[in-house]
Amino acid sequence: MKAVEVTGLTVALDDGSVIVDDVSFSLESGQVMGLVGESGSGKSTVGLALLGFAKKGANIVGGKVVVGDVDLLSLAPNDLREARKKLIGFVPQDPATALNPAMRIGTQLTEGLIGDKKENLPRIREVLETVGLPSDDAFLRRHPQELSGGQQQRVAIAMAVAKKPKLIVFDEPTTGLDVSTQARVLEMVAQLCADNGMAAVFVSHDLAVVGTVGDLVTVMYAGKILETGTHEEVLQSAAHPYSIALLDSVPSTRQRLALVAIPGRAPAPGTKFDGCVFADRCGFVEDRCREAPPPMVATSAGGEARCIRVDHVRKNRTGQVKEPLRLVEGREEKTSVLSVRNLNASYGRSQVLYDISFDVAPGECVGVVGESGSGKTTMSRCLIGLHEDQTGGFEMNGEPLPPRLRDRSKAIKQQMQYVFQNPYGSLNPRETIATAVMVPLRHFYGDRGKAARTKAQEALERVEIPWRLADRYPAELSGGQRQRVAIARALACNPSLLICDEVTSGLDVSVQASVVELLRSLQDDGLSMIFITHNLAVVRSIGDRVVVLSQGRVVESGAVESVLNGPQHPYTRGLLADTLDVDRPDSETSDLTG
Amino acid sequence: MAIETTTTDGAVKAAPTPDRSRRTALAWLIARRALMGLVTLWCISVIVFVATQTMPGDVAKIILGPSATADQVAQLNKNLGLDQPLFSQYWDWLRNVLTGNMGNSLVSGQPVSELLSERIFNSATLTVMAMVLILPLSLLVGLLAAVFRDKLLDRSYLGVSLIVTATPDFVLGSLVVALFGTVVFKVLPPVSLIPPGDAPWQHPQELVMPLAVMVLVGVTYLSRLVRVSFIDVMESEYVQLAMLKGLSMRRILFRHALPNALAPSIPAASIMAAYTIAGSVVIEYLFAYPGIGSALVDAVAGHDLPMIQAIIMLMAAAFFCFNQLADVLGTLNKSR
Amino acid sequence: MIRTRPTEQGVQAPPQNLTRRVLTSKQTRLGLIMLVTMILFAIIGPFLTPHSPTAVIAKPYASPGDGLLLGADSLGRDIVSRILSGGINLTWMGIAATAGGVILGTAIGLVAAFAGGIVDTLLMRVVDVLLTFPTIIMAILFISMVGPSRWILVVLVAIGLTPGMARVMRGAARPVMRREHVMWARTIGLSSRHILMREVLPSVTSPLMVEIGLRLMWSVVGLASLSFLGFGVQPPDADWGLMVSENKDGLAIQPLAVLIPAACVALFTIGGNLFAEGAARVIGRTEGARS
Repeated sequence: MKAVEVTGLTVALDDGSVIVDDVSFSLESGQVMGLVGESGSGKSTVGLALLGFAKKGANIVGGKVVVGDVDLLSLAPNDLREARKKLIGFVPQDPATALNPAMRIGTQLTEGLIGDKKENLPRIREVLETVGLPSDDAFLRRHPQELSGGQQQRVAIAMAVAKKPKLIVFDEPTTGLDVSTQARVLEMVAQLCADNGMAAVFVSHDLAVVGTVGDLVTVMYAGKILETGTHEEVLQSAAHPYSIALLDSVPSTRQRLALVAIPGRAPAPGTKFDGCVFADRCGFVEDRCREAPPPMVATSAGGEARCIRVDHVRKNRTGQVKEPLRLVEGREEKTSVLSVRNLNASYGRSQVLYDISFDVAPGECVGVVGESGSGKTTMSRCLIGLHEDQTGGFEMNGEPLPPRLRDRSKAIKQQMQYVFQNPYGSLNPRETIATAVMVPLRHFYGDRGKAARTKAQEALERVEIPWRLADRYPAELSGGQRQRVAIARALACNPSLLICDEVTSGLDVSVQASVVELLRSLQDDGLSMIFITHNLAVVRSIGDRVVVLSQGRVVESGAVESVLNGPQHPYTRGLLADTLDVDRPDSETSDLTG
Repeated sequence: MAIETTTTDGAVKAAPTPDRSRRTALAWLIARRALMGLVTLWCISVIVFVATQTMPGDVAKIILGPSATADQVAQLNKNLGLDQPLFSQYWDWLRNVLTGNMGNSLVSGQPVSELLSERIFNSATLTVMAMVLILPLSLLVGLLAAVFRDKLLDRSYLGVSLIVTATPDFVLGSLVVALFGTVVFKVLPPVSLIPPGDAPWQHPQELVMPLAVMVLVGVTYLSRLVRVSFIDVMESEYVQLAMLKGLSMRRILFRHALPNALAPSIPAASIMAAYTIAGSVVIEYLFAYPGIGSALVDAVAGHDLPMIQAIIMLMAAAFFCFNQLADVLGTLNKSR
Repeated sequence: MIRTRPTEQGVQAPPQNLTRRVLTSKQTRLGLIMLVTMILFAIIGPFLTPHSPTAVIAKPYASPGDGLLLGADSLGRDIVSRILSGGINLTWMGIAATAGGVILGTAIGLVAAFAGGIVDTLLMRVVDVLLTFPTIIMAILFISMVGPSRWILVVLVAIGLTPGMARVMRGAARPVMRREHVMWARTIGLSSRHILMREVLPSVTSPLMVEIGLRLMWSVVGLASLSFLGFGVQPPDADWGLMVSENKDGLAIQPLAVLIPAACVALFTIGGNLFAEGAARVIGRTEGARS
């Protein structure tokens, strides 16, 4: 008998639009299924529905969820509560908000269990030790806000595991964690499920994470399962065009790949389709794809995919085995666009940057990599002049560059442009995107009226935003489009150096791919760039040189190839080892543990 | 962690501090607040002093009325110390205020402190009784509205509270008087005269209507905050997790939600107490209740300068204390 | 690999339609209609009075009849005429005080949020001190000394509204100051004026709109209450708040002389509150929680 059997699970909003459509799968005891999808795909809704729960405004309208021999969805509220208590554990995405700030850890750990607190304490201590936390009374008396993010997540996992459930649902549990913590947590999750014989559903947007932790991988899009199979079947020989496209958009730490974006925009949750949900963005689409919803079809690799052209796709797919991009050589020039010498910065009494030095050659992209707390954001703010508490020297094209914004000339402000991380905040919500691009034109060049509009049009078209969108407001654009507009606004200033601060970290992978490719094309036009990120894989795909920051110091720097192929510093080595990669058919080393 | 837009990732995160250092930090904070409070109170005293004794125009003339002779004015100026230099006037005044010597009433000639003591007692009684009723009622009403969110009960509650919030106290009071005191039912006395020497609770009938208005206003204000914070908490991730853990509704409501929902309401309660003091002027005047609010209106009408100064200082100080209390409670809350 | 989960922040309706969006709510429309009706009533009323509002033409509390539609008040003046002419002062004073308080408060709040540092601390200290002094007490204090001049009342109520307004606007503007589009504007060196007027102010129009409704309500409540206490419009002039206190002793004989002016004040303030709360709700629904 299967441990978990889900059939025809359907969730709809109050207005009737279906956000999870006919989802079915089954799991054996001890099996982990990775459920992957981009934002709005309905994957988290499925995770909650497995516990018979739907958020306010949504309702489970059909299907069966059988855990053990209990059909959860047919239970009365009280029985459902009992079933949740005994059968299913849930690990939330953000433990910082999911643990009650007013209650002690100990109370929160014991309250869900059957029996009184005393009986359960030994079990709780045991589980805490398994997840690598202290188990003494002092720890149990703490409040959640006295723990670090990683500790909070371990507490949440311990809470779910303590009752020995048959099924445990992980809702993006590593999203907020650093790569090293993430690697530890994933290892622990796999171990726990195997040891306790629990089935698990692991919801994530990250293919690498899902590939590491899941025995099975299920890909969701627009509320439907598009492909399912073992992790080798799905990740090594994907059959559905969407899975293939998704894999093509993921950067790798091991080789410099061209990233392929998925054209178009993901549909809003609840959108209705007559035929295949992916038809509008699919490269293999035919007329019959739009006629009726395609059924799940067995693929030759052994999995199942919701595509009527599986065999054709398999024969004709492109890009599955990608040629690594060649690095452009010979960018050795005398004067750097920017050189940073012994930059120190602090917040009040605590110093956060120590003796940072590096150069940016013309046309070069320098990737600055660091985890949260490494000081990378402070560094970028220093470069642009927004952080005042700093010492050190800058030179721009051989000329000294004042550290403070107010001492910099207009020409410098125009030469050096900054693109922010958060696409939702970087544009003025009360201005059309055309205005957004025209403001700097008027400021720097005095362009108004028609001249400004022509230039703005050029800039927007350079980033592939059609001019018909010019009079839209940022709220009407997707995250990726907004980020493009922000880049267009910077380009309109005609800069020589572009500083990109985590510009892709708020975006889905397929959108990230399109932004990275756009930046690469700008670089080909001769623009110099500083690309700040926490993601080694993105640096691999766009950086020429890399600077690794740890705790405010440069621990290693050099050409991307040499640093990432043969890291010298232990920190870089650790970071590389902990960074997960999607196992690809073409990767030489597919034995990366996780 | 959400998108790292505002966090400066270089800044070292505050490590979990042990209890003791947090307590000293808190004590330090409260001490600083108290100091700031003293400075603020001093500012208030300057404002009151400046407003009453150095206003353009002759204070003595305002007090004596337009028909006063020049001699009378000079005499009064001397009595009031208005012929002294400004600084020494302020100094004398402040010293007297601090020692509880507020001077004599210009109308009756009796010491202000004597005249006011019974009034203060009456006002305090009314306010305390109102607060005793407001706190549990607000909690109950707010919780009920939150539990029945968007149902008929909640909607009608919101409608009523919208109207009550917008209606001036004197309009509400007049309506209540018309309803129960004079026009419709004549069950309660329309004015709340408490004979001198009697404690207010010896006249329960007289207290019903002023209390009713104060409670109505207070409950509509406070219960809305309770409602909103309870709704926020019920939609929080930790309540969702508690549901997913299969806990009973009772445990979720009382252990998980209530403590977190109450926290923001506690400082609001002291702010409300502060506003009740200001609002008491109108209500006491409307019901002719012998408290300091109605005393203020009388004192202004009678140009009784020492009385005005004393009452306003008193009210401002009480208002300020409750505000300060709200601040401290709010800080305690946040630091938790 | 994306560490931060990409969340689409609820697709917003086009923001340039704030006014239109706010008016889709029945509640705000009703509130606005009530406000406009009361304002028009107050403005046109004085031209329609059948008698002089200050002339004693009958016995105190005379019953309706003899050309007096609602009878006479405590001094024997025509109630209808006094009601018709009793709103104009309240209206202009309320609007003027609101405008003053809102403009001053917004300016202080935005400047404090924009400048930060010592300017912010100083401004907020002043605001804190002002907040510890209840408006009505401050008004009584000054009026007891300089007499009930209407302009002084307007100024006092405006000053009373300012600190709260400044706090709210500073609170709304601070997150905007940290938004990337404002930082970007600073990095390319746009002027402070451009940043405040073009980048910050348009982003805080939603709370501003709600606050205007609320402050209008409060200033009318405050002014009417002061009149009721005898510190506002002075007899023999007609004023709704004053009428309530003039006639409250005759409530048993002539209830309408109290209840109608009281209702007029209430309709005015409830209109303001309906508008403010309705707007807050629409904005909350379409823009997410208010910052």
